[in-house]
Amino acid sequence: MSQLLSAAWRYRGFVGSSVANEFKTRLQRSRLGTAWVVLQPLAQVFIYATVLANVLAAKLQGVNNKYAYAAYLIAGTACWSLFAEIVQRCMTVFIDFASLLKKIQFPRITLPMIVIGTASVNNLALIVVALAILPFLGFIPTLNVLWLPLLMLLTIAFATGLGLFLGTLNVFMRDIGQIIPIVLQFWFWFTPIVYPVTIIPEHLKQFLVLNPVIPLVEGYQNVLVYGKAPPSGLIEVAVVSVVLLAASMLVFRRASSEMVDVL
Amino acid sequence: MTTPALTVQDVGKAYVKYRSEFQRVARWFGASIRPREEHWIIRGINFKVNAGESLGIIGQNGAGKSTLLKIITGTTRPTEGAVALAGHVSALLELGLGFNQELTGRENAVYSAGLRGFSREEIDKFVPQIEEFAEIGEYFDQPMRTYSSGMQMRVAFSVATVVRPEILIVDEALSVGDSYFVHKCFKRIREFREAGTTLLIVSHDASAIQTLCDRALLLDGGRIVLDGDPQEVLDYYNALIAEKENSKIRTARTTQGAVATESGTGEASIEALALLDDEGRSVEYVGVGQPITLRAKIRAHDPIKRLVFGYLIRDRLGQKIFGTNTHYTDHVFHGLSAGEDVEVLAHFPANLGPGSYSISVALTDAETHLIKNYQWRDLALVFTVTNVAHPTFVGSAWIPPRMEILRPGSNVSDRGID
Repeated sequence: MSQLLSAAWRYRGFVGSSVANEFKTRLQRSRLGTAWVVLQPLAQVFIYATVLANVLAAKLQGVNNKYAYAAYLIAGTACWSLFAEIVQRCMTVFIDFASLLKKIQFPRITLPMIVIGTASVNNLALIVVALAILPFLGFIPTLNVLWLPLLMLLTIAFATGLGLFLGTLNVFMRDIGQIIPIVLQFWFWFTPIVYPVTIIPEHLKQFLVLNPVIPLVEGYQNVLVYGKAPPSGLIEVAVVSVVLLAASMLVFRRASSEMVDVL
Repeated sequence: MTTPALTVQDVGKAYVKYRSEFQRVARWFGASIRPREEHWIIRGINFKVNAGESLGIIGQNGAGKSTLLKIITGTTRPTEGAVALAGHVSALLELGLGFNQELTGRENAVYSAGLRGFSREEIDKFVPQIEEFAEIGEYFDQPMRTYSSGMQMRVAFSVATVVRPEILIVDEALSVGDSYFVHKCFKRIREFREAGTTLLIVSHDASAIQTLCDRALLLDGGRIVLDGDPQEVLDYYNALIAEKENSKIRTARTTQGAVATESGTGEASIEALALLDDEGRSVEYVGVGQPITLRAKIRAHDPIKRLVFGYLIRDRLGQKIFGTNTHYTDHVFHGLSAGEDVEVLAHFPANLGPGSYSISVALTDAETHLIKNYQWRDLALVFTVTNVAHPTFVGSAWIPPRMEILRPGSNVSDRGID
């Protein structure tokens, strides 16, 4: 394990420049370049806000603001987009870089690290824009915003644990890469991002505890919309993340010697 | 005693198949499961390469060359045995791998050097050296999509060789690019070698192996068939290839697909065609200027009044290099009876430049094939010319010069001798 970490540390410059390259490439190809990173989730927020505002806005409790629903969407989307991006890209990262893996000897752990780096920069940009927009919607950030780095870190840890685990297995069992996007769609709708948690029927609420993304999303919503501290469920999420990360590292280390054989 | 730079001990690689991939995963967690199928690509590979030695690895496609290289470079692990390396390895496998077309040469150089494990500070130091060696001028700061493949190769080679490795692995990669730069590459490789770098060259290019290697390995069917002097190994390899080629020709004849390159009315046909050296052995690699013989065994199936044999040597682009026929040389067969076998031998020196050539042959009744064309075969034979004995030259013709240099300023003139 220490070997893995020291290799990762040795290649930190490479990871950094690879992340920078991703953004340079994006800038080269389109006029708005990096702006799309922020514009895409915001457009999604805008769509949900226009379509669902009248249906769901009234259900948000404790906030008397006509933009409350938009703010709620922004907070949830910020969390979910970070989670989904890391899981999805980790899923295919080894397959995408197959030709490189087959020909050049370098620490394979750098590939998911590049994914994490890129997704984090994307998400930071979105958070910065969100923090700039929210005051105009009437949501002045409180000191609880300081929870955000921790929330991001936990989201990254959970997403990486899951993504690396599935991504490694996906090299050997390609069906996983097909199933997971569908699972993620369901997962999105089983998480209170677009709707408030209050509309879930009483008898189903007991199942919410099974979804580790909920405390994270709620954390973002608490911090950005309600100006409160994140929910206590975060501790459980942290434990789940650590277990997942350990499991994924184990699988990754066992699998990495055989990976090239099946790519 | 010198210490080996590379030791390959009992290395074998098997690709394993499990009944289901779940079994593979279960095995990582300690379950003992026997794979359903093991397919050995290479097995029982043993050799040592001393520091400063250069070794060529030859073999047909599928012989296990790339698997062996992957194991040596460390991208894949051997199923059994071990590889020990002394020092830093640089592999020139598929140059330009991982380059991003949208980024500039400089950015790609930084990326590529990072991939090879260099630190930021080292890279900052190396990039100017890379730029200098690549010699692509302002293009170095242009996006790679504007590059020609030769320019990409220049950057790739410069990155891969910016630091002298203890072991340098060269794949077919060097066959691309302009001759000036290829020359520069070989110069650098030679300098590395003189400084003590161990070379591992995998190539179909006989001349590269002959000029750069002290020793060669022939791989066939995943095993080392021969380990010895490059010339000896190449000869053996050619024999191996010739065997395969002949069997291929036989199958080609039975299929309809051969019509494209073979045409004719069929009154006479070429039964066998071979390129021979002066001792009568079939050759595929020919040295510049080497005397060779094209031998055609012809059978007349019907009575034929007049039979002309013609041949045409083409370069790899299909351009005509030299062609003639027995009508022009006045060696026409007259009045052949049905079933008669004849032979034509064309003796000529291979005054050709290094490269790959093909021979087309034709049987007609006059100087052109337009009147009566008994048989016409394109790509009837392929051979490669390599330059080992002569000074370096470019082009497809070997026109040996007698050099003379004069210095009118000094009293002594330095004249070349015949």
